[in-house]
Amino acid sequence: MHAINYDAPTTLDQAVSILKTHGENARPFCGGTDIIIQLRAGVRRTEHLVDVKKIKELQVLSFDAKKGLRLGAAVPCIEISESDVMRRHYPGLTEAAHLIGSLQIQNRASVGGNLCNGSPAADTTPALIVLGARARVVGPNGEREVPVEAFVVSPGRTVLKPGELLVELLVPAPAPHSSDAYLRFIPRNEMDIAVVGVGAAVTLDGDKVKAARIALAAVGPTPILASKAADAIIGMKLDDAALEAAGRAASAACSPIDDMRGTAEFRLHIAAVLTRRVLSIAAERAKKN
Amino acid sequence: MSKKTLVEATINGETVEFLCEPRQSLLETLRDVLELTGSKEGCLTGDCGACTVLVEGRPVCSCLMLGVEAQGKNITTVEGLATNGVLSVLQNKFLEHAALQCGICTPGFLISAKSLLDRNPKPTEHDVRYALAGNLCRCTGYDKIVKAVLDAAAAIRSQGEGKAAAR
Amino acid sequence: MAASTTTGDFKVIGTRPIRPDGVDKVTGRAKFGADYAFPGMLHGKVLRSPHAHAIIKSIKIDKALKLPGVKAIVTSKDLPDAENMLEQSGELTVNPMHLSMNILAHDKVLYDGHAIAAVAATSPHIAEEALRLIEVEYEVLPPVMTVEAATKPGAPILLKDLRNNEEGDKPTNVAQHYQFKRGDVAAGFKAADYVVEREFNTAMVHQGYIEPHNAVGIYNSDGQATIYCSTQGAFDVRSLSAHVLGMPVGKIKVVPAEIGGGFGGKTTIYLEPLSVLLSKKTGAPVKLVMSRAEVLRASGPTPGAKIKVKMGATRDGKLVAAEIWMAYQAGAFPGSPVAAGALCIIAPYTVENFQIDAYDVVVNRPKTASYRAPGTTQAAFASETVIDELAEKCGIDPIDFRIKNGVKEGAPQIMGPPFKRIGFIQTCEAIKNSAHYKSKLTGKFRGRGVASGFWFNAGMQSSAMVNIHTDGTASVVTGSPDIGGSRASMAMIAAEVLGLPVTDVRPITADTDSIGHTDVTAGSRVTFATGMAVYEAAKDAVRQLIERAAKVWEKKPDEVEFRDGMLHAKGDGVPPISIKQLAPRFPRTGGPITGRASVNARGVGPGFATTVVDVEVDPDTGKVQILRCTIAQDAGKAIHPSYVEGQMQGGTAQGIGWALNEEYFYDDKGTLRNTGFLDYRIPTCLDLPMIETIIVEEPNPGHPLGVRGVGEVSIVPPVAAVANAIYRAVGVRMTQTPMSPPRLLKAILKHRGATTTQHSAAAD
Repeated sequence: MHAINYDAPTTLDQAVSILKTHGENARPFCGGTDIIIQLRAGVRRTEHLVDVKKIKELQVLSFDAKKGLRLGAAVPCIEISESDVMRRHYPGLTEAAHLIGSLQIQNRASVGGNLCNGSPAADTTPALIVLGARARVVGPNGEREVPVEAFVVSPGRTVLKPGELLVELLVPAPAPHSSDAYLRFIPRNEMDIAVVGVGAAVTLDGDKVKAARIALAAVGPTPILASKAADAIIGMKLDDAALEAAGRAASAACSPIDDMRGTAEFRLHIAAVLTRRVLSIAAERAKKN
Repeated sequence: MSKKTLVEATINGETVEFLCEPRQSLLETLRDVLELTGSKEGCLTGDCGACTVLVEGRPVCSCLMLGVEAQGKNITTVEGLATNGVLSVLQNKFLEHAALQCGICTPGFLISAKSLLDRNPKPTEHDVRYALAGNLCRCTGYDKIVKAVLDAAAAIRSQGEGKAAAR
Repeated sequence: MAASTTTGDFKVIGTRPIRPDGVDKVTGRAKFGADYAFPGMLHGKVLRSPHAHAIIKSIKIDKALKLPGVKAIVTSKDLPDAENMLEQSGELTVNPMHLSMNILAHDKVLYDGHAIAAVAATSPHIAEEALRLIEVEYEVLPPVMTVEAATKPGAPILLKDLRNNEEGDKPTNVAQHYQFKRGDVAAGFKAADYVVEREFNTAMVHQGYIEPHNAVGIYNSDGQATIYCSTQGAFDVRSLSAHVLGMPVGKIKVVPAEIGGGFGGKTTIYLEPLSVLLSKKTGAPVKLVMSRAEVLRASGPTPGAKIKVKMGATRDGKLVAAEIWMAYQAGAFPGSPVAAGALCIIAPYTVENFQIDAYDVVVNRPKTASYRAPGTTQAAFASETVIDELAEKCGIDPIDFRIKNGVKEGAPQIMGPPFKRIGFIQTCEAIKNSAHYKSKLTGKFRGRGVASGFWFNAGMQSSAMVNIHTDGTASVVTGSPDIGGSRASMAMIAAEVLGLPVTDVRPITADTDSIGHTDVTAGSRVTFATGMAVYEAAKDAVRQLIERAAKVWEKKPDEVEFRDGMLHAKGDGVPPISIKQLAPRFPRTGGPITGRASVNARGVGPGFATTVVDVEVDPDTGKVQILRCTIAQDAGKAIHPSYVEGQMQGGTAQGIGWALNEEYFYDDKGTLRNTGFLDYRIPTCLDLPMIETIIVEEPNPGHPLGVRGVGEVSIVPPVAAVANAIYRAVGVRMTQTPMSPPRLLKAILKHRGATTTQHSAAAD
């Protein structure tokens, strides 16, 4: 690896100050499970790695029945999978966090880091999007909130400007009769990056869909919020026909590429299959809430 | 070359101080600076688990952690699994079950397995396979490794029951 | 040599002692190649070509040399000219010139990752930075990545001097054409009631050992070099390095470290000569370790292949003809195992009429190296699925079909003398009678597949010494690096012969100065050939013990016998003594006792395996789960059953990975895209079930203990077994590996479309 400097600020102000000073030449990190690989491969370059794990605001994991979830950007995925509260209220997001790599990776990687890496294949990003999550960003010019579906702008790049830091994800409290789910397709049973990932959140009114959000990973240059697919099932019972329609619409929203993890043709097919499956799971869960 | 940082950490129960550059991973630091060569390099991308160590009791890939991040942390490597040279139940079960052939992945597996058994004393076969999914083995096909871990779990439980009965 | 006793009442052989190196392996004490460090040691890194095919116009190293911490840089200019000829090195045929060109490219680079220069510096990070400062000017040429592309008229030529035995003086990418024939193939097909003809393509795959290649070279000013490395054959490293470095063999000592997996991939050299070269230039020890990306890009995977198989059978299920065409990717230099594949492809069966044409073709990929039964898994994928189809057409159970046609003692081999006593049919019967095969497989989209495999196994040279210590314990010294637990078996064989408890026998793997020539740990030969040498060396020690006891008792040696670990004087009441009792008296009764033997082992017993696999396919995604798996293999005599089982399970797991997800992805520029374990997908613990093993023991008459090599053949059947299982699960016959979800799904959808059309047509 090329030579780097390391800082471990203990307060948000310190972190922002370091990031502001070094601008493009500094990069915050949490688990390091993407950035260390990228620095070694020469895919990213930085001169200052800023370890933000010691900042307490980034380690918050708190749920309020009205206000919803505050998920600090540095909270490791394992804390999410082991949290009863998370499993109960946000099973889809929990599933997604639990799917990121092996236990070794989950003990280090964070949802915030997964989002900031900006990969279109990130598992937790669609799960956040369907929950209507917002990213709270802090920087030299103050604070702002960005809806997660707008956070990643192109493969590997986010809206973060030099000097800015993702502090936490804010997720609304789940409405009654709602739930979420996340499924991904990988060729093995573990350790793979998603070939296709689909997150869904549904709110039911009786047995009809009152509200829905569907988002997909690894089928376009950024994670995709498939609004037409969600619209296709509003007001409908989630029978086979509705699921088919949603699947087809989700597939139509994708613009996948051929790569070594799958062909575009394969991804379009799987997007539809997973959309049908994940909607069913979310709806089943929603019925119980 | 960037300046080295002085780091203090607890490794296998001992307080140690060492110097490392920020770009040196924890794995490199353990192997090349501290001469603890038990943790192995297999891929440097967190995909094989040969470098797995416990940090604050949790398994991580030491190739994806910086040496400087060890500051103030409690780390266990394979060299710390035996007690005064006496092998742990898990280590003995690996040998009894022939759960290793070339042995390069064994340190990582022992660490991951120890972490599993510390948290879940009664794992199912699926629990074991999931907990070890981040450790690749190319020699054994995993069969004897899984059997060794399940047998170790049973042995540790009955040791515990034995102690309880003795009270 | 006395014929083996199969029903020997063994005390040690067949038991399962703890391996002698066990404590070191579970405590992290065992020293693998990358664990070595020496005072003043420098770190080396290799500059590798980013192009699949290019002429090197110039290499400028002056900027790199100026980087603080850089001590030396070498290129092919620092290597002597090597001879363009063929030489036997163990089981490999080597061309020293090509070997040298692979170690450091001469005027051309021939694959993405081809080594161009090596740097030694005070830290591995500085060495890496130095690589970026080396300036290379290339003239990029079009890459040739497949056998089709390589054999098209007008294809770019990789090696301008390459000629084959058929095209005269025409430059070509076809290095060799082999042909094996028997009988009359046309007549055979005429007599057939059913003929199946299929074309197959298999992807290039890697052995996938977890430990990357490594070497520490120390060159002393007196001209002596020492290499510490993880290798399957220290003597091969020595002779191959000697060729490349232009040094006498005797000036190089190779110390084999513990090795983290090889499977054939560590039977050649990559970093070893570079470590010596850099050490010579710097006067310091130099360590080089490959990254995972370098291992995949630039060590030796096994060929991808194009194979056409046509086989015919009469309706009673007898195979009558086989016509096979196979072309293997050799990589950048000739020497794929296509001939071995050709000799194994129908070897388990008696087929009176066959013609096999096999081609070794160079392409812009890394030079291929051995991978567990080299060349045979690809071949068996083709032949064993065609046989499955034929069995189905004949209406015969696939195992019964194999038993009906299977080779037995006296059956002819493809080449060479008829088979001696072998256990192929027994492996089929073992599977047929197994709990697995007898169990019912229920559920949708599930299927069961069977396949068999053959591998010759090897004999070759091994040496061994058995030292009896003054406390009556012993050490066994061999030159066979232990990649699978073989040293335990060596101790067990010596312990059995000497009548000692196995814990009193310590096995050592020695360096090239400390033991006689020993060929590589490969070819399933260690327990067979080195075991034979150990057996003979232990017997030699026993002879000396008898002579010593006779001397002590003032008798003649033929009046003394060795039985049950004790020396007995025949006849009168002299109490017998143990080795433990005699040993302290060695120094005063004639000196140390060391048994020795060197063998060029004959009497090799080939390996056969039959495997059954149950799969479940998700028809909407093409994903395959392995539900259950059982392998039966003939081991002759299992010295340490746990480690025999280990070989069976390991090869099966590799075969499953080969079947489902492993392949090299090159883009259209010839750049390898999956250079890590993320996208080169080997099975994880969660991807496999328990692998049931049935050890068949048909003793090999050529070995004193009946041993047959077991290390390799287990990898041969699984790919075909999985393909046959997929067919029964979802009705598609896959002819490409890996049978990954995108490919399988495509085949399922195509099949579904076709059968839907058929149904619609039928309904009209």
